[in-house]
Amino acid sequence: MTELFRPGDRVRARRADPPHHTRLPRYARGAVGMVLERQGHYPLPDDRARRLSGEPEPVYTVRFAAAELFGEGDHTVTVDLWESYIRPATPEAAG
Amino acid sequence: MSGDHTGTAATLAARVRHLEGLLERRGLVDPQELDRALEAFLARASPANGARLVARAWLDDGFRARLLADANAALPELGLSMGGGLQEQRLKVVENTEASHNVIVCTLCSCYPIALLGPSPTWYKSEAYRSRVVRDPRGVLREFGFALDPAVMINVWDASAESRYMVLPRRPAGTGDVDEQALAARVTRNGLIGVAPV
Repeated sequence: MTELFRPGDRVRARRADPPHHTRLPRYARGAVGMVLERQGHYPLPDDRARRLSGEPEPVYTVRFAAAELFGEGDHTVTVDLWESYIRPATPEAAG
Repeated sequence: MSGDHTGTAATLAARVRHLEGLLERRGLVDPQELDRALEAFLARASPANGARLVARAWLDDGFRARLLADANAALPELGLSMGGGLQEQRLKVVENTEASHNVIVCTLCSCYPIALLGPSPTWYKSEAYRSRVVRDPRGVLREFGFALDPAVMINVWDASAESRYMVLPRRPAGTGDVDEQALAARVTRNGLIGVAPV
């Protein structure tokens, strides 16, 4: 599986609140951040928890400004996100 | 984030024991082999490993560059690895500088580089640390007695997927003639997580 994103890309974390296990932290949902690094390919935990087989997918290191996440703060929070958890950071792709 | 793990630890331990019993009775695992594997892993897993990496990185710029670029490839230079579990885990070492400081957390559970830091401290798994350090890292550091210069930027790393993180602290001033072993002795577990200067 090829990677959709590269370092420097701005991405928005999905807003969806799935009714199953996921590893997209709630505080990051809907927020826009920047891809720092590609980490390789790993099975999606949402699939594994439901015993669905799926191809391993790209995981990215994504950095968010605290102000974007919490409305305040001068620090950053860097989160590891599977490709399914993010979209290009354009208004129409939000969610 | 998920709930308070401390409240469910007893239940979880009971479930693991039950599963282990079933696997043993059906001849799928050898209990002694399981004990040996666990003991061998935990005997090697200690913050002394992380401290050795830091001391070497302080003394050897080439090693520091290799450690920051691809930690898994650099670890064997000191006889270390991120193996020992089901699969080798990806390690990312993040370097503190004059301008920026790093702090590690796992907000979703308690991901931690056990092979290099040993079992994690109880507070690392607490809901208070996990929820607060992403929002107010400066405040949390103050509670650890660490007054970081307000001009220094903080980067919090949430180990939310398969990677594990370790902080490379700044070398203390006035340690120019200190040898590698003595430098390693200066490094604390909290420094490797980022809640202490070293």
